[in-house]
Amino acid sequence: MLNIKGLEVKLEEEDKQILKGVDLEVEAGSVHAIMGPNGSGKSTLSYVLSGRDGYEVTAGTAMLEGADLLDMDPEERAAAGLFLAFQYPVEIPGVGNMTFLRTAVNAQRVARGQEEMSSADFLKLVRAKAKELQIEPDMLKRSVNVGFSGGEKKRNEILQMAVLEPKMCILDETDSGLDVDAMRLVSDGVNALRDAGRGFLVITHYQRLLDHIVPDVVHIMSDGRIVKSGGPELALEVEKNGYADILNEVA
Amino acid sequence: MARAAIRQQKIDATEERLSGLSLPESGAWGQEAREAALERLRSMGLPHRRDEYWKFTDPGTLTRAEAPPAALLDADEAAVFDDVDAVRVVFVDGVFDPDASSDLTMEGIEIVRLSDAMASDIHWARDLYGVLEARSHENVPRPLAAFNTAFATDGIVIRVTATPSKPVQVKYLRKSERSDAILHHCVKVETGASLTLLESGPAAARFSKGLEVDVADGAQMHLVKTQGRDHERRAVTATFARLGTESVFKAFCLTVNGVLTRNEVVVDLTGDDAVAHVAGACLGDGADFHHDDTVFITHDAQRCESRQVFKKVLRNGATGVFQGKILVKPGAQKTDGYQISQSLLLDEASQFLAKPELEIYADDVACSHGSTSGAIDRDALYYLRARGVPEGIAQDLLTLAFVAEALEEIENEAYAEALRERLAQWLERRRERKQA
Repeated sequence: MLNIKGLEVKLEEEDKQILKGVDLEVEAGSVHAIMGPNGSGKSTLSYVLSGRDGYEVTAGTAMLEGADLLDMDPEERAAAGLFLAFQYPVEIPGVGNMTFLRTAVNAQRVARGQEEMSSADFLKLVRAKAKELQIEPDMLKRSVNVGFSGGEKKRNEILQMAVLEPKMCILDETDSGLDVDAMRLVSDGVNALRDAGRGFLVITHYQRLLDHIVPDVVHIMSDGRIVKSGGPELALEVEKNGYADILNEVA
Repeated sequence: MARAAIRQQKIDATEERLSGLSLPESGAWGQEAREAALERLRSMGLPHRRDEYWKFTDPGTLTRAEAPPAALLDADEAAVFDDVDAVRVVFVDGVFDPDASSDLTMEGIEIVRLSDAMASDIHWARDLYGVLEARSHENVPRPLAAFNTAFATDGIVIRVTATPSKPVQVKYLRKSERSDAILHHCVKVETGASLTLLESGPAAARFSKGLEVDVADGAQMHLVKTQGRDHERRAVTATFARLGTESVFKAFCLTVNGVLTRNEVVVDLTGDDAVAHVAGACLGDGADFHHDDTVFITHDAQRCESRQVFKKVLRNGATGVFQGKILVKPGAQKTDGYQISQSLLLDEASQFLAKPELEIYADDVACSHGSTSGAIDRDALYYLRARGVPEGIAQDLLTLAFVAEALEEIENEAYAEALRERLAQWLERRRERKQA
């Protein structure tokens, strides 16, 4: 599904190398988790894959189902099936949540050569998904993320994911700012989307999210590289001993 | 240059411009009003870039004898308020067209053509025509408004005695590339009555419009207008409103295109507890686009509220101007005045010039003002694109969001929605043109 080879990335504005050769393959139907200390490059990886500007790829490739992601605009990546659930969802005053979602759904459908969804079908779809995530109808009417609590913003991200049905989902610290109940709601939303045809990359600091979204593979990232990969037990080891032991071990 | 020499030059230029003109034929009171306006104009002189109130906007093409020609827009679209059930008053290149207009009789309202009003003794029109314009020079000279009063060739006078069942729509059509139209309307909203006036259309290659509105005690006036999107047209408009006790005046203007637009709004809050909201949005594209909102609100009574909300979206070297003033006179206690002007600059070549002013002579008032200029929010743009929204559409969504606050000032949601839809269509067409 997602295939990253030797990816090296620096900041455009300053001469600072963030990713120093990332290799990663996420197969369809699997959930991979990336853990790592602050500043290891986890969020940068998610931004570079989704096409945020400000980064320069100096080496390596990133392919989604054989298509070169790095050669596409952000909207093309989304239409190709990539989705990033933001760590900090952006507030957009004046743009209604429903308008935003409908525009996104239809833009992606048009880009894929499909017909636009009718208003009635769209409304039905969103209402059903919103209900599962316990999103109040009022939240759908408001401007995108404006006045939403931290938990509401994250639920709104998962709602977008559920409605857009991407092939490859990247969750960037989706657990940050969530209380236990919200974490369960968000995790249930993600688990409901787990499917043989879909891949997940879950970026997190903490093991606790992985209690809810159980990964197939866990990677440890440090200083711009993936330094160790293993099963879910690797996350438990981090939780117990911190990153220091693992980093010493691979150093 | 010495002041005296500048002044003389101005007088000479004014006399030269006036030498080729004669006052339109009018009945007795009309003639008097025009002559008085001409005197005011002579004493002020036509505006010049050196004048304080014209330093951001060059009035040259507005004052010169010949109107610069403006190509007609070949747009296959209905006028914005055409599907509104309204009494329609149609002007073509500045001339009233009775055939295109609807029947002007309606319960609670009198609508009379200006020339007919001047030919008869309609005292309420006589007491209004040029009167609010003349008062406005007390604070700032507005010579083009005096010019308009003196030389207006057509217009309507409206008296509202109740709340009519429909709004009045004034539609300004344009069929000539060289039309130079001068219109002047008067509206008298009697005690407790209410009127909604809708205006739309490009009017003329060069359009001068004066509108004087007297809103009596407890009366309401809602003005919603759009200025035609013909790219090369020029317009200078002046709206004067006098508000009585507990009256309401709300004005909104949407401008898309036009190489030169100067919209002045002058409001006098003369009765206690009156409310005046003046708002506008403009979308400008191109280095020859220049749009100027100049607003002057005088609080001369207690507990009045005024709001000014202006939003300008500028791209490809377009220029936006905002000059807004709140004057609180001695004794106008408990005044609530608010003013905001904001621009969204879509590139570095575009510019926004703002001059917010407060002048306060009462001690128990709440007045605030703000002005900002900013680029499109990069994070919001990225967020939208990351969800699959193409950059052009994302930018337009953010543009509509930016002007939304000004459109919210329109009290009637149906008209606001009509303008929102029209804006979205305009933006979409622009996108398609760009792609083609």
